[in-house]
Amino acid sequence: MHMLRRDKKEEEEGGGNPFNNLDKTTVLQEARLFNETPINPRKCGMILTKLLYMINQGDQTIGSTEATEAFFAMTKLFQSKDPTLRRLMYMGIKDMSKIANDVIIVTSSLMKDMTGRDDQFRGPAIRALCSITDTTMLQSIERYMKQAIVDKCHAVASAALVSSLHLSKTSMDITKRWVNEAQEAVSSDNIMVQYHALGLLHHLRKHDKLAVTKLVSRFSKHSLKSPYAYCLLIRIASKLIEDEDTGTESQMYDFIESCLRHKSEIVIYEAAHAMINMKGVTAKELAPAVSVLQLFCSSPKPTLRFAAVRTLNRVAMKHPAAVTACNLDLENLITDSNRSIATLAITTLLKTGSESSVDRLMKQISSFMSEISDEFKIVVVQAIQSLCLKYPRKHGVMMNFLSSMLREEGGFEYKKAIVDSIITIIEDNSEAKEAGLAHLCEFIEDCEHTVLATRILHLLGREGPRTPTPSKYIRFIYNRVILENAAVRAAAVTAMAKFGAHCDELLDSCVVLLERCELDSDDEVRDRATFYVRVLKERQKALNSAYILNGLQVSVVGLERALHHYTLEPSDKPFDMKTVPLATQPITEQRTTPGKEPGDISTSKPSDKLASSRQDVYAEQLSAIPEFANLGPLFKSSSIPVELTESETEYVVRCIKHTYSRYMVFQFDCTNTLNDQVLEKVTVAMESSDGFDVMKYIPCASLPYDTPGTAYTLVRLPEDDPTNVTGTFSCTLKFIVKDCDPNTGEADDEGYDDEYVLEDVDVVVGDHVQKVMKPNFGASWDEVGPDNELEDTFALSTMKTLEDAVKNIIQYLGLQPCERSDKVPEGKSSHTLYLAGVFRGGHDALVRSKLAMTDSGVTMQLTVRSTDPNVSDVLVSAIG
Amino acid sequence: MDSHILEPSLYSVKAIMILDNDGNRLMAKYYDDQFPSTKEQKTFEKNLFSKTHRANAEIIMFEGLTCVYRSNVDLFFYVVGSVNENELILASVLNAFYEAVSQILRRNIEKRALLENLDAIFLAMDEICDGGIILDCDTSSIVSKVAVKSDDIPIGEQTVSQQIKSKLEVIQTAKDQIKWSLLK
Repeated sequence: MHMLRRDKKEEEEGGGNPFNNLDKTTVLQEARLFNETPINPRKCGMILTKLLYMINQGDQTIGSTEATEAFFAMTKLFQSKDPTLRRLMYMGIKDMSKIANDVIIVTSSLMKDMTGRDDQFRGPAIRALCSITDTTMLQSIERYMKQAIVDKCHAVASAALVSSLHLSKTSMDITKRWVNEAQEAVSSDNIMVQYHALGLLHHLRKHDKLAVTKLVSRFSKHSLKSPYAYCLLIRIASKLIEDEDTGTESQMYDFIESCLRHKSEIVIYEAAHAMINMKGVTAKELAPAVSVLQLFCSSPKPTLRFAAVRTLNRVAMKHPAAVTACNLDLENLITDSNRSIATLAITTLLKTGSESSVDRLMKQISSFMSEISDEFKIVVVQAIQSLCLKYPRKHGVMMNFLSSMLREEGGFEYKKAIVDSIITIIEDNSEAKEAGLAHLCEFIEDCEHTVLATRILHLLGREGPRTPTPSKYIRFIYNRVILENAAVRAAAVTAMAKFGAHCDELLDSCVVLLERCELDSDDEVRDRATFYVRVLKERQKALNSAYILNGLQVSVVGLERALHHYTLEPSDKPFDMKTVPLATQPITEQRTTPGKEPGDISTSKPSDKLASSRQDVYAEQLSAIPEFANLGPLFKSSSIPVELTESETEYVVRCIKHTYSRYMVFQFDCTNTLNDQVLEKVTVAMESSDGFDVMKYIPCASLPYDTPGTAYTLVRLPEDDPTNVTGTFSCTLKFIVKDCDPNTGEADDEGYDDEYVLEDVDVVVGDHVQKVMKPNFGASWDEVGPDNELEDTFALSTMKTLEDAVKNIIQYLGLQPCERSDKVPEGKSSHTLYLAGVFRGGHDALVRSKLAMTDSGVTMQLTVRSTDPNVSDVLVSAIG
Repeated sequence: MDSHILEPSLYSVKAIMILDNDGNRLMAKYYDDQFPSTKEQKTFEKNLFSKTHRANAEIIMFEGLTCVYRSNVDLFFYVVGSVNENELILASVLNAFYEAVSQILRRNIEKRALLENLDAIFLAMDEICDGGIILDCDTSSIVSKVAVKSDDIPIGEQTVSQQIKSKLEVIQTAKDQIKWSLLK
C-alpha cells in the first residue's frame, strides 16, 4: 500500500525524478532551514543534495551573493554530527568555493575536523580545506599537512598527498618542503598512498634530472605494490629515455621490458605502449611487446582488445613486418561487435597484409561501413588510399569501393576525404583516371557541398579534355549549369571552356552551350561565359592557352597590392601585368601531401598560402628600405637560406637572394653568439670577377648577443651580356667589435675593426627563374612557338638513374615540373620531363627534356622555348 | 602526429558522468578546461550518448578523447580521459565507480534508485576521483568511506524485487551449505 501511494505521487511529480525542474530560488530559500536548531539531518541532507545537484547540472547560474548566503547557512551544519550530512557539506564547500565569497571563514572548522579523532572526516576535510586555501593561508596549515601526509590512516594520507599536488600548481615553493614526508609515504603498504606519494615526489623533483633518475632506479628495484605506481614509473622512465636519448641501452629500458612480465594487465599494457612509442626501436626489440599485445587481442574484455589493436595499428605504421605475426588474431577481430575495434583491426591489416588479401578485406569492411562513426570512416578511406598507392594494380576494387562510399550518407569531412583520395589516386595512377573521373562525375550529379563540386569541376576541366572520349563529360558539366548555385555554375562554365579550347571537334558545341550561359542570372557566370565565347571564337591556339587553359600565374596577394598601388597613383600607362610578383606555388594545385600517415586526421596543410605570402613579406621588408625603393618589383626570393658559416661558430650568417629585373639584393641574416661582444656597423663585403658590380652596402647598425640582425648588399647584374647571369662572390663579414659585460650587456666605448671570412655565395640560373605551373603544358608549348627554340644533347655520365637526372635538372634550372612529369614510372628506360617557368624580366621559359637510360649513364635531349632568345641560351648553357 | 609519450602525471581522468536513457545528465564532473562551459559539456554528453547508447561496446574514441562506458537499464556511466591515456586505467576507474554504485544501490542499478540515494552517489564520485587524480579504486573501501549503513532504510522503502532477491540469495546459500555438508 505504501509503495503504491508513493508511485502515484511520483507520477504526479513528473518522471519519478524528484530533482527534475528544481527551481533555483526555491532551493536557495530552502537552504535557510540550515539555520534552524536543532538541525534535522535528514531534511538538511535532502536540501543539500538538491543544492549539489543543481550546481552539478549547471543550467542555472548562481550569483555570488546568493552563493555566499547559502554558503554561510551551510556552515551552520558543522554543529551536526551526522556523517553523511557532514560529508555532503565538505562537497558543498568544494563546489561553492569558486562562486561564493569569503569562503576562508570555514578554515578553522575544517582544521578542527582535519586534526580531529574521527578518521572518516579527516580525509575529506583536508581536501575541502585545500580547495579554499591560498598561498598565504597555506603556511599556517603547513604543519598539519606534513603530519597528514605520513598519517597511518590511508585515506588521510592520500587526501593530503593529492591536495599537495593540486596546491603545488600555485604554491610550489611551500609544497617543495614536504619532500621528506612524501618520501616516507612512498613506503606505505597501501597501494593508493604509494601511488600518490610517488606522483608528488616526482612532481616536486621533476626538474632535477639526477634526482628523477635516482627515483626510478630506486623504485624499480624495491618492488612497488600498486599497478598505478608502476605505470607512473614506466612513464617517468620512458620520458627520461627520450630526454637523454639513451635508447634501448639504458637500465631504464630493462626496467620497462621487465614490466612486460608483471602480473597486472594495466602494467603490462603500459610497458608495451611505452616501448612501442619509443624513438628508434627496432622491429626485433619490439617483438616481446607485440607478442603481449597479441595475447590481449583474444581477451574477453573489449577495452583490452581495443587498447591492443590500437597500439598494434601504431606499430604497423613504422614496422609493418613486426605486426604480421598477429595477422591471424587481427582477422578474428574484424567481426568484433565493437566497431571501433573492427575498424582498427582492418586498417592495421590493410597496412600489413599482402596484395592477395585486399579483395577479401574490402568485402568485409563494406559489410559494416554504415555502422561506424565518420571519424573512423575517414581512417578507412585514408588506409585505402595508401593501399592503392602501394598496390596500383588493385585500383579497380578500391575505386569501386570509394565510389560506393561516396553514394552513402556522410558529413562534409568524410566526403572530402573520399574525394581527396580519389583525386590522389587519379594523379598517381593514370590507369585509374577514367574510372575515377566517371565516379566523380556521378558524385557531382548529387552533391550538396559547393566546395567539393567546384573542385571536381576544376579537375574535370584539367583532366577531362585529355582523355580518349572527352565528349562524355560535357553532359555532366552542362547539367551543373542548369541545376546548381552560382559558384558551381561559374566553375562549370570554366570547365566547359577548357574542353572547347583543347578539343577542336568539341569547339562548336561548347561555344553553343556557353552562349546559352551568357543569359545567366548571375554576373560572374555571365562574365565568364562572354569572355570564353569571345576567346574561343578567335580560334587561336595561343589565346586559348594563355587565357583558358593555363590562366593567370600571379600571386593573388601581389596582384591585389599592385592594383591598389596603381589606383593610388593614376598614370596614363596601362597596368603592366609583368610587374606583379608570380605565385611561388601554383594556386590551382591543392593536392594533399602523399605519404601522410593514414589515421592522421588532419586537414590539408595550408603550405601553398604560406609560400606565396613569404615572398610578399620580403617584398614589403625590402620596399621599406629607402635605398631599395626604386628597384622595381621583386621578382624572386630564394626559398631556402644558404648557411655561410659552420653551425657552431662565433657568428652565424645566412644568405637569402632577392632578384629584381636588373639588380640583386643579398640579405644576410646575422646572429652574434658571443655574449661578451657587441658588433656594430656590420656589413658583408662581396667581390666578384664575373661582371657583377656591387652598388651599395646597407649595414646592420648594431648586433648584440643572440639578437638577429640583417645587413644587405645591392649588386647590379651585368648588362652588356644578357646571357651572363651566373657568378660566384667571395664574402667577408666586416664589423666593429666592442667588448661588453655579459650580464648587463653594456658595451665599452672603444671598439676595433675586425673581419670574419664567410663561405662563397653562388648566383645560379635558378635564381633568375620563377617556377610556374602550367596545367596544360602542350598548349603553352604551342603558344610560345618555335621562334626562339634551342636544342642540344647532353650525356649526363654522373647520373645513375632517371630519378637522379630528373631531380638534378629541376634543381639546376629552377623550373616547375608540369604534368606530373617529375615522377618517373618504375621500370622505364626513357622519360620526358616538362618544365615551365618565367625568367627574370617576365619571359616565359619552357623546357622539354627527353631522357634515356644508357649503359654509361643518362642521355638527355634538351629543347628550350622562350619568348626571348637570350633566355633559351642561358637555360641551355645552365646544364653542361 | 603529436608525441605519444605521456607526460608523467597523476592527472589521468578528464571527466566522469552518469547520464540517463535520454542522454540527460544526472551527474557529471569535469576535471579540466577542455569543455569550459556547461553548454559545451552538455553538447559533448549528448553527442557521446548518441554514439554509445545503442552498441554496448565499452570503449570509444570520441572527439579526440578516449571514453569508456558501461550501462544498465536506464543508466549510462562514462569515464573520459586523454586519447593517449592508458585505456585500462580508465576502465579500472569506471569499474570501481560502477561497482560502488551497484553496492550502494544494492545491485538495483536504476535511475529511480540512483535518485533516491543521490547523496551517497555524490560522495562515492568524490571518493573515486579528486580533481582528475584517481583517489581510490577499491570498491569496498569506497563504499565503506561513503558509509551508508545498509540497515538504515526501513524494509518498507526497499523494493519488492530487492526483497525477493535477498530471499533467493538466502535460499541459495542454504542450498550450497547442504551440498557441501553432503559432499564432506
